[in-house]
Amino acid sequence: MAERPPAEGDRNAASAGDNRPALSLHVPEPKYRPGDTVDFSHIQVPEAGAQARPDETADPKEMLDLAHDLIRVLGEDNKAHGPWDPKLDPETLRTMLGHMAMTRAFDERMFRGQRQGKTSFYMKCTGEEATSVSASMALAADDMIFPSYRQQGILIQRGYPMIEMINQIYSNRGDKLKGRQLPIMYSSREHSFFSISGNLATQTPQAVGWAMASAIKGDSRIAATWVGEGSTAEGDFHSACLFATVYNAPVILNVVNNQWAISSFSGFAGAERSTFAARGVGYGIASLRVDGNDPLACYAAEQWAANRARANAGPTLIEFFSYRAEGHSTSDDPSGYRSAQEREEWPLGDPVMRLKNHLIAIGEWDEERQEKMDLEAAEYVKKVTKEAEANGILGHGLHHPFRTMFEDVFEELPWHLQEQSEQAIRERETKFPEGLPNGGKGA
Amino acid sequence: MSDTQTKTAPASEEGTERRLNMIEAINEALDVTMSRDDNIVVMGEDVGYFGGVFRCTAGLQEKYGKSRVFDTPISECGIIAAAVGMGAYGLRPVPEIQFADYIYPGLDQLISEAARLRYRSAGEYTSPMTVRSPFGGGIFGGQTHSQSPEAIFAHVSGLKTVIPATPYDAKGLLISCIEDNDPVIFFEPKRIYNGPFSGYYDKPVQPWKRFDASIVPEGHYTIPLGKARHATEGEELTILAYGTMVHVVEAVCAEKGVEADILDLRTIVPLDIEAIEESVKKTGRCLIVHEATRTAGFGAELSALVTERCFYHLEAPVERVTGFDTPYPHSLEWAYFPGPIRIGEALEKILAE
Ligand SMILES: Cc1ncc(C[n+]2csc(CCOP(=O)(O)OP(=O)(O)O)c2C)c(N)n1
Ligand SMILES: [Mg+2]
Repeated sequence: MAERPPAEGDRNAASAGDNRPALSLHVPEPKYRPGDTVDFSHIQVPEAGAQARPDETADPKEMLDLAHDLIRVLGEDNKAHGPWDPKLDPETLRTMLGHMAMTRAFDERMFRGQRQGKTSFYMKCTGEEATSVSASMALAADDMIFPSYRQQGILIQRGYPMIEMINQIYSNRGDKLKGRQLPIMYSSREHSFFSISGNLATQTPQAVGWAMASAIKGDSRIAATWVGEGSTAEGDFHSACLFATVYNAPVILNVVNNQWAISSFSGFAGAERSTFAARGVGYGIASLRVDGNDPLACYAAEQWAANRARANAGPTLIEFFSYRAEGHSTSDDPSGYRSAQEREEWPLGDPVMRLKNHLIAIGEWDEERQEKMDLEAAEYVKKVTKEAEANGILGHGLHHPFRTMFEDVFEELPWHLQEQSEQAIRERETKFPEGLPNGGKGA
Repeated sequence: MSDTQTKTAPASEEGTERRLNMIEAINEALDVTMSRDDNIVVMGEDVGYFGGVFRCTAGLQEKYGKSRVFDTPISECGIIAAAVGMGAYGLRPVPEIQFADYIYPGLDQLISEAARLRYRSAGEYTSPMTVRSPFGGGIFGGQTHSQSPEAIFAHVSGLKTVIPATPYDAKGLLISCIEDNDPVIFFEPKRIYNGPFSGYYDKPVQPWKRFDASIVPEGHYTIPLGKARHATEGEELTILAYGTMVHVVEAVCAEKGVEADILDLRTIVPLDIEAIEESVKKTGRCLIVHEATRTAGFGAELSALVTERCFYHLEAPVERVTGFDTPYPHSLEWAYFPGPIRIGEALEKILAE
């Protein structure tokens, strides 16, 4: 080892020359690890309907408590309560339930497809459907979405053709993104849904920039972005908050607190000290903490924030308090770091069940119709999956032509990419002199 | 000189050969150094209880405690910055960046701070950190789990950049990096964590334990930074490579019966220029291979050096085989990868001159 000065750390507290106490490092630790019995009684679950609903243009200083409370509408009795009840008609509620059930059916099938080797990767949003489906129903179809990777529910709610989603997941020749992106990293300009990045939190300040542009142009559209609680640690999230408040941008910053970021619990993003909604308070942003498994509360909070932004009254930060019921992705096995009981014990229940039970409680739904709907959703996903498979699955030759790899790096192809494109095509002809297997197209 | 051939790595004291894959070798390097120096701390996203998404830090938290092995918030800027501060105190931090593709939020702290601290304080403060990060493609990771950004770091004065190609080297090099008093970027070629790669993605992977380079001695040993390794010796041409590509060129040369002097560079900064010059002067031909994009890639630097220093010995123009200048595509991963066909073409060209 090269020579180095003695580390200051070698000095112990006593030799510092006085009786100052020795310091120690705090490292957060989740309450439960694999095999532990789970007791979530420390999580405060306030009465549904007990939270005040300020005017949409209220001064953030007058609503500080909502950053620590939990906005809830659906009570234990499965009825809607209090001032946050969005009073949606039964038809809208059934539509919401349908999108949530479809999202779940889609996740099931795609997860299985990955396990069957049809693609490289997948991520479910099980248990978090309300944070995307219900929230996005409260926005206008042309409001701009800057999503993270767990908002497939928004695309389903916005009517993005499911076959496009599956083509993208299979990276096949039907994929509009030309097989370039990792599965689930969708993009649809037509549905005002921004291209998903694999780099966490980058979309958050971008949403603010889009909202600033809309304000610069005197437009009426607003922007909404979604980010995981773990990702709020990135500097980008803080840039987003600051730009949003400085320019009073018409933007909604949605933080989905599903308690986990791969194997790291929310304590590593600061949850031991405060709520994620409270992050907004320091910036002077209106901040709401919402029961993320309560579809009506999710809708109502997003609607409140949208009205605020549209009234030029500024940004809102919403924390959706939820739970990641499944693994982080197909590459993850949560049994290695958290107790399997957490999912069962989660005190806020399951969003699909809660909305279903609400519809039943108000006499607008029953178990048979639910069963039929679930079955139809599964059948539909199955049918579309078959259609998409005709365009190929990952690694089976039915991909985009090799030259497309070089397109869209720039608007025009410079000489060096032209040369490299020719190289790639030559290599393909060397490897497959008879043409690509499985009838794949060439250059 | 490049005398550290790994073909016949020494067996352990008990006489039983221990064969490790690269993940286990890296884990052991961390373990060995931590047990010798309690100023070493390991931190990063998911590295603590879980032991890292690639398991490189498995078991370390249990052994050394949460004050020395801990998870961090998802802030690469915060991770590198905290490591600078810890280094200023006198610790030897070994931060992990989960994927090289996610190191960019930490670039300002690396480039403007860690890399220049010694210089701007005239040696008063140093930044003895080793940033470990899996890099490279070949696992269908798409554009955000496949990049090879080594040239960005090689371009920064004050950073060392190290890339192992075998388990034996991974352990010895990582120990050297951790004990080095300057900031080091240690890129781990994730495609070869579990076994070397021939370049034929459609052939089954051979686990490391079938190769002698997986014989890893117990305890402490170092491989000096700035010393290349001869992967194979030959007279026909020199091939300069590092990481995954060392194995790919080895396999292609074996297949084609080309007797190449393959230098596994191991560290690109500092570079073993002596070994490169000696080899090129011997063979008169030089092929440079890396997976990273071509334009301003590290191959450009190597090509310039070889041309500047060995021009009158060259019998053919220096050739480069690289990844294409596009983001790493998902479905066309193997069309992107500089595999046997691209390498074979270059070999033919350079040997025909
Ligand atoms: C800049 C960056 N750093 C690290 C990663 C690796 N990574 C991918 S997802 C993830 C966890 C994110 O957790 P959270 O923000 O809570 O979102 P969730 O997955 O729970 O929806 C990590 C660390 C990344 N994609 N980008
Ligand atoms: Mg999370």
